[in-house]
Amino acid sequence: MTSTSSTPGLRGLTGLAALHERLEVTSGTTAKTEAVARALREATASDAAWTLFFLSGGRLKRVIGPARLAEHARAALAIEPWLFDECAAAVGDLSETIALLFEHGAGGGELVDGSRAEDGDRDGDGDRDGDEDRHEVRDRDHFESLASWVEALRVLPMLDEETRAARVVVWWRALPFVERLVLTKLLTGELRSGVSRTLVVRAVELVSGVAREVIEHRLTGTFEPSEASWRALVDPSTDALADASRPYPFALASPLDLVPAELGPIDAWIAENKWDGIRAQVVRRSGTTWIWSRGEELVTDRFPDLVRELVALPDGTVLDAELLAWLDGSDAPLPFAELLKRIGRTKLGPKILREVPARLVAYDLLEAQGEDLRESPLVERRARLAELVQTLGSSRVALSPRVEVEASDGVDGWSMLAAHRESSRARGVEGLMLKRADSPYRGGRKRGDWWKWKVDPFTIDAVLIYAQAGHGKRAGLFTDYTFAVWHEGALVSVAKAYTGLDDAEIRELDAWIRRHTVERFGPVRSVEPVHVFELAFEDVRASTRHKSGVAVRFPRIVRWRRDKPAAEADTLAVLQKLARA
Amino acid sequence: MLTHLHADHARPGTRVVHLHRAAEPIARRRLPGTELVLHDYGEPFRLGDVELSLHPAGHVLGSAQLRIVADETWVVTGDFKRDADPTCAPFEPIRCDVLVTEATFGLPVYRWPDVDAELDRLVAWWEQNTAAGRATLVYAYAFGKAQRLLAELARRSDRVERDVFVHGAVAALCDDYRTAGVPLPNVKLVRDEPKRTSWAGRLVLAPPSVRRSPWVRRFGDHETAFVSGWMRVRGARRGRGVDRGFVLSDHADWPALIRTVRDSGARRVLATHGFAGSLARHLREAYALDADVLPTAWEGEAGAERTDDGGEP
Repeated sequence: MTSTSSTPGLRGLTGLAALHERLEVTSGTTAKTEAVARALREATASDAAWTLFFLSGGRLKRVIGPARLAEHARAALAIEPWLFDECAAAVGDLSETIALLFEHGAGGGELVDGSRAEDGDRDGDGDRDGDEDRHEVRDRDHFESLASWVEALRVLPMLDEETRAARVVVWWRALPFVERLVLTKLLTGELRSGVSRTLVVRAVELVSGVAREVIEHRLTGTFEPSEASWRALVDPSTDALADASRPYPFALASPLDLVPAELGPIDAWIAENKWDGIRAQVVRRSGTTWIWSRGEELVTDRFPDLVRELVALPDGTVLDAELLAWLDGSDAPLPFAELLKRIGRTKLGPKILREVPARLVAYDLLEAQGEDLRESPLVERRARLAELVQTLGSSRVALSPRVEVEASDGVDGWSMLAAHRESSRARGVEGLMLKRADSPYRGGRKRGDWWKWKVDPFTIDAVLIYAQAGHGKRAGLFTDYTFAVWHEGALVSVAKAYTGLDDAEIRELDAWIRRHTVERFGPVRSVEPVHVFELAFEDVRASTRHKSGVAVRFPRIVRWRRDKPAAEADTLAVLQKLARA
Repeated sequence: MLTHLHADHARPGTRVVHLHRAAEPIARRRLPGTELVLHDYGEPFRLGDVELSLHPAGHVLGSAQLRIVADETWVVTGDFKRDADPTCAPFEPIRCDVLVTEATFGLPVYRWPDVDAELDRLVAWWEQNTAAGRATLVYAYAFGKAQRLLAELARRSDRVERDVFVHGAVAALCDDYRTAGVPLPNVKLVRDEPKRTSWAGRLVLAPPSVRRSPWVRRFGDHETAFVSGWMRVRGARRGRGVDRGFVLSDHADWPALIRTVRDSGARRVLATHGFAGSLARHLREAYALDADVLPTAWEGEAGAERTDDGGEP
């Protein structure tokens, strides 16, 4: 970098890379928070905005797809595609693979077999023009800010293939390792710094002195990184509600991991259905309606049929709700997959709006008449919500009903509720939500007030048939498994699962896979069909996209059934029956 | 025939083994009851119809390549490296018709950084920990890597004889090295220190097997590092749960594997251990060599550490 004299910290990509590296070797929340705070404090306002954007998981959309990026790298390195793939499988991260392959080792040179000087032009890349490189490296020095790097990256999709590849390759060659790694991660959109949003918000609080709740709120919704947006974020005097579209940070529930009776008297709790749709906030302010999904994406344009009804809400209203697909007159919502169809369409024609009508089932009222209600108790918020929904009088906007049971015949309320939960699947819901009746609405996942009490998952016993190396922490170990069940005397694959085994089991299975590989298909190995695993999943549906004819949702490994021979694994018929039920 | 004494190569129960002289003390302990026939590097001897000789492999003390001369000349590299190592004789390239090479790191992502730069980083990290009042815990294979590290540290820091402490497994092998005439700094044993000693500022060298065991509790506030070629890849460091990774290997990296194959002039290459398949295929496709994988009964796991030289306290 050129001008360092006037800057206290590292600038632009160098600064972001240095922070990335610092976080990589820092453990403990306090130390990490301080590292982020220091980087933000030392950065220019614009760099701080972009650093914040990337740290909180923001990505540049559609710069270059990973496949295309890999192609550019392979061509520049003159490496065989299969060898590149083997490297990627061993490293478990495309950007790191590229960064490593472009690294000059002790022997110098970056081509696949070592020093260029020794190998001459064997790799067909000996005619590289040194002058041009130096020229481009000088260019790089002009990218003093992250904003100018982002600009340079955003131009890439508009260039012709050859120019684009040349530009990226020059960066790969000119940048030091960590910057090369971070830049490639910006291109692929997979820069994950392993810090939570809470940590980042806390760091901004340290830097600015603005309370973290205010920062959270200012960050929720769209945060467009710029010098101005950073200044607004850390300005103690800015009105937090200046941007009318902003939702509140979503309150999240923890999975119930204790016996319900431990929660105390049942009347202190409100039970509701756990709907299987899209969690959303409806914001009605300044005469406009916005619908935000939990991922803080605006989905307003996906629900014109709802927006039509919601315009009747009074100004200054914010609802927490579930978006569902629901046919008029039906007792239960349509399956989640139907709702996804609507989300996936680029154009919502009258046919899909008729076949998959949307309904909003409201949980909570966060703001009424412009007043923030989040500190008032849930029962009060729900009472006002019920009134509001009734006044609205729309068949497409409903209150999520309170599930009430009564103790009788010596059976206590919690047991009655547990029995009711058993019928969840038949009622088209995922289980129950338990919310403390006097709880405020707290953003984030705060344990204690809100619990999700999901119905027990389905399980089957399936045979391990394929394995592939994992990513990140599991790089170089075979941890991505494909499982099959029996059908007409053969095994058909039905699920992929990545989680559920402990480290010792993973290592044991990895060693076994290496010794019992039958065939290799690139990074994937087929193995002898010997080991049986119990898999759990949330749902199973008929599917034309899968060879087996069924698709399972959220499969994971429950345990290794060492006691069970492969011949005794389940059959496809079991899954088909579950799919029909 | 034994190229070196790591446990994935040296198995007890063999009747007679031929090996290099420097490996004798270690062999006595690791292969009780086995008859040892000792040789010098480059000294030919006969078994049946073939002439054999051992040559330095640069892997660890006493490690050897095996040269076999009959109708054609074969060389078995055993584990080897081409980087400088003050604790063992440097690798010697040998011409042959058929080369049997190791391929532990047979992928082009495994390219070692400059050894001096990496060691300087390690010393700088130790100094940082010292300044912060922390102990420094370095995991390295007890046989080979630990001795190489000690010799290299002694060149870079005058604190080694005062502030470096070793695990018993490391100390036993250090003695073997000294017996063979390899100078190593005099370092103290962790177990000889009184309980309740402060470990702040000290560097402890231990085999990876003690990681997460009660043995490390005594060190109080400390940071950990693993020194190995596997540390080239970040996921491998995260997977081991250490704070730092330093890339220093006793194996050949990818460019060194390729260079060694080319130096040998062999027309036929058999690759074994690690990423043997990738190396063999690349040699076939990029160099038109007759290359294949030699299956081994002792395949280590890619990314896994050796399990041998850790356990014994």
